[in-house]
Amino acid sequence: MKFGVVVFPGSNCDQDLVNAIERVTKQKAIKLWHKETNLQEVDFVFLPGGFSYGDYLRSGSIAKLSPIMQSVVAFANKGFPVMGICNGFQILCESGLLPGALLRNTNQKFICQNSLLKVENTKTILTSQLQSNRRYKIPIAHGEGRFFANPETIASMEAHQQILFRYVDDNLEASEQANPNGSVKNIAGICNTNKNVFGMMPHPERAADLALNNQDGEGFFLSILHHFEHELA
Amino acid sequence: MEEKQIVSQAKALGLTGEEYLKIEAILGRTPNFTEICIFSAMWSEHCSYKNSIKWLKTLPKEGPATLVAAGEENAGLIDIGEGLACCFKIESHNHPSAIEPFQGAATGVGGINRDIFSMGARPIAQLNSLRFGNIKNERTKWLVEGVVKGIGTYGNSFGIPTVGGEVYFDDCYQTNILVNAMSVGLVKVGESVSATAEGINNPVYIYGSSTGKDGIHGASFASKDISEDSVNDLPSVQVGDPFWEKLLLEATLEIIQTKKIVGIQDMGAAGITCSTSEMSAKAGVGMHIDLDKVPLRQSGMKDWEILISESQERMLVVVEKGHEKEIEAILDKWDITYAQIGKVTDTKNVEFYQKGMLKASIPSESLVLGGGAPVYERKFREPSYFEKISSFDDKKINCPKDLISVAKFLLAQPNIASKNWISKQYDSMVGTITQTTEMKSDAAIVKLENSEKSLAMTVDCNSRYVFANPKIGGSIAVAEAARNIVCSGGKPLAITNCLNFGNPYNEEVYYQFVHAIKGITVACEALETPVTGGNVSFYNQSTSDGKSVYPTPTIGMVGLIEKQSHITSMSLQKVDDVLYLLGPMSEDFNSSQYLAKYHHVEYSPAPSFQLSEEVKLQHSLLQAIRNGWISSAHDLSEGGLFCALAESCFQHEIGCQITLNSKVRMDALLFGEAQSRVLISVAEDKANYIEEHFHSHNVQYTKLGCTVGDELKINDHNFGTVSALKKIYSGSIAKELSND
Repeated sequence: MKFGVVVFPGSNCDQDLVNAIERVTKQKAIKLWHKETNLQEVDFVFLPGGFSYGDYLRSGSIAKLSPIMQSVVAFANKGFPVMGICNGFQILCESGLLPGALLRNTNQKFICQNSLLKVENTKTILTSQLQSNRRYKIPIAHGEGRFFANPETIASMEAHQQILFRYVDDNLEASEQANPNGSVKNIAGICNTNKNVFGMMPHPERAADLALNNQDGEGFFLSILHHFEHELA
Repeated sequence: MEEKQIVSQAKALGLTGEEYLKIEAILGRTPNFTEICIFSAMWSEHCSYKNSIKWLKTLPKEGPATLVAAGEENAGLIDIGEGLACCFKIESHNHPSAIEPFQGAATGVGGINRDIFSMGARPIAQLNSLRFGNIKNERTKWLVEGVVKGIGTYGNSFGIPTVGGEVYFDDCYQTNILVNAMSVGLVKVGESVSATAEGINNPVYIYGSSTGKDGIHGASFASKDISEDSVNDLPSVQVGDPFWEKLLLEATLEIIQTKKIVGIQDMGAAGITCSTSEMSAKAGVGMHIDLDKVPLRQSGMKDWEILISESQERMLVVVEKGHEKEIEAILDKWDITYAQIGKVTDTKNVEFYQKGMLKASIPSESLVLGGGAPVYERKFREPSYFEKISSFDDKKINCPKDLISVAKFLLAQPNIASKNWISKQYDSMVGTITQTTEMKSDAAIVKLENSEKSLAMTVDCNSRYVFANPKIGGSIAVAEAARNIVCSGGKPLAITNCLNFGNPYNEEVYYQFVHAIKGITVACEALETPVTGGNVSFYNQSTSDGKSVYPTPTIGMVGLIEKQSHITSMSLQKVDDVLYLLGPMSEDFNSSQYLAKYHHVEYSPAPSFQLSEEVKLQHSLLQAIRNGWISSAHDLSEGGLFCALAESCFQHEIGCQITLNSKVRMDALLFGEAQSRVLISVAEDKANYIEEHFHSHNVQYTKLGCTVGDELKINDHNFGTVSALKKIYSGSIAKELSND
């Protein structure tokens, strides 16, 4: 299979993502330039982390207007898989492909640290190879990562099992103490109702290398690979 | 304009009468105002190093791995094998940060990274060294908040991990904070570029941000004392845009890849003036520059404003004639503003035109360091405060009864306590090469792609020691940096230095400067770590009280870890390991945090230090690490043995039980900061090898005890559970600075 990683001006996790995908899945990952509209027949589109167009207005608000995003939205609306990590998640919310919004962290500061995640739904193509009864140590690095949606939206998302990951403590509890940024109900990652568009603030690509002593992120990529090798085959 | 008026303007811009006469001699005529501005900027301390270069030249520059030595290019270059070169440099942004902490610190980060990528190297890691006044002071809190946010906002968006650094709080930095930023980059050997301008008629381009009125006279501003009027210099502070910097990085590296350019230089201090004259001087050529073509942020800018503006994120490139379109296509791809503003000429003069009029014409050579820029020999004399230091008598300091409370007091001291509140505001993991996220080590470690090797890097300077004894303190700064690299499993390769001092015209300050350089020199020679570059920041003193900062020669060091298995943590790895102290059990507590913060003694000698002992320790320790005998290694620094022990316990919450000889005074044993000492833990079955190894290398060692349980116990005293001590250590700075 072939992965595509979109490169906006100001993206800075694009190469990390390409490296992690290729290292973990042994599949090809190509970069898609923001000025293009051709997705080059990739099977899966990633929107990487970074500060697209500087993110001076509101994270992701300019990126959604770029030529490539018009193709990405069409791709997603046809049911093909798209995932945004960090700034990519913000762009997907701005584009309306995912519900909710990402607000400034409650402490008003950028936070870079490990976070512990619990997987709430293991029946998606992003999470099928993950386990619901263990913690995943995945780093976060953002200033605007506080997931917010109104109570009705949250209720509907929960009813449709759209909450994929929550920030938890050592005991797998979504406690206040475990919530790094003030996200509603400790939400760290979600998907759309159709389960083909995914967004998460933590960076699995930063936890997918033995040399860095953290491989907790590998399962995210292996789940995607598994889907393409087994479910679709 | 009358000559008298020009002379008084020259003085107002910081040029001396003697310098003015020199300018007249160079030009053979009376300079005009624009030319005075140019000379003032280029001959400022900041650009010309006129009061420091004589001594900088005495630093050892050549080593077996040196590819580009200090002073030759924007940054030095060392060979790290496998066809790769490491390019690294540290620079100060003290003055701007003292009055506008956010932009001051942000543009410091921007500037140092441009130095690296204008050499053709991709930055891979950043570090910083920060010094503030008393943490309880409201202004300090505002400065810390602003500086940290500035570094984070710029560095995080730029997308290069901030992997390490140091932060100190001392009253001497109350008015003059220090903000030193370091960047480390990689380039293939043979693919680096030079800041030169060869080839008559080759086109000269400016690209990046438009030029505005920010940062005008920034170089001159950085070359004087901070006073109450400094706030009037606010327009001298530049404004940064990390998004542009990121585009500039990608476009610059792509341009360099074409191999169709002659030279590149970023625009730092003194803007267009500096880059055009330095690039011209380097090749012995001139440049014809049309200022009307420079993209401007605002209309009506005067010629001299354009020339010395320090607007950020701008580059000057000389392109091989005939390849303009190729370069322009790359800049278009990245949506970067550019303009051809002139060409290389054979006049040897930089000539600046506006509206068809020649506004300035100056021999490029006359403006630059190593050319016509002035070089001064300054007088120095031994500081009078040395008397107070030599009269210190440690016998008069009573050993407190309750050492457990002292230990807890020290763990909470801002110079010892965890800086996590600060460092977690920096993206330390972007780039996915940072190996010290999961494994704490004395140096930051980043992995080299597709290689068994890693780079270790650190910034260090205990300025209290330098104040006590500039020469020994300078040596210790280098030794400690090297010790940190060795503890992480690396071999120290080279250093960059950022020399922060007071006013060079003060003879006592200049004494500190000269002797710190002497100390750095002997240590660099003994440890075989040449100086690849750096910068000097004088005038770190305020006019209100005339007090200067502690002499602070910050050392940035890079080392090479040959194999992944050599990477060594500072953290205890498991219970039942044996703990050793390498180096002497010393009774010395001079210039320790304990003496300064607990007993409030400001004047005491530097801690004991023998360079030959240091070299022996480092060589034998690195060998033991490479032999696979060491579980953890942690250098003894601020807070001495106790704090080293506690810090080693924290990450995996492993306790220890140690026994100390109670015949020597216990406060000195626990909290003294005698140098050349390392705490190591080793597996029980390696203990014999270790003892034999260090014995045969003639390195003193003491078996302290073992790792056990979850408490820290020394002799019969229980200092508490590791988790309770960790709480004090990690919460202290947050408690002072947090408003959440």
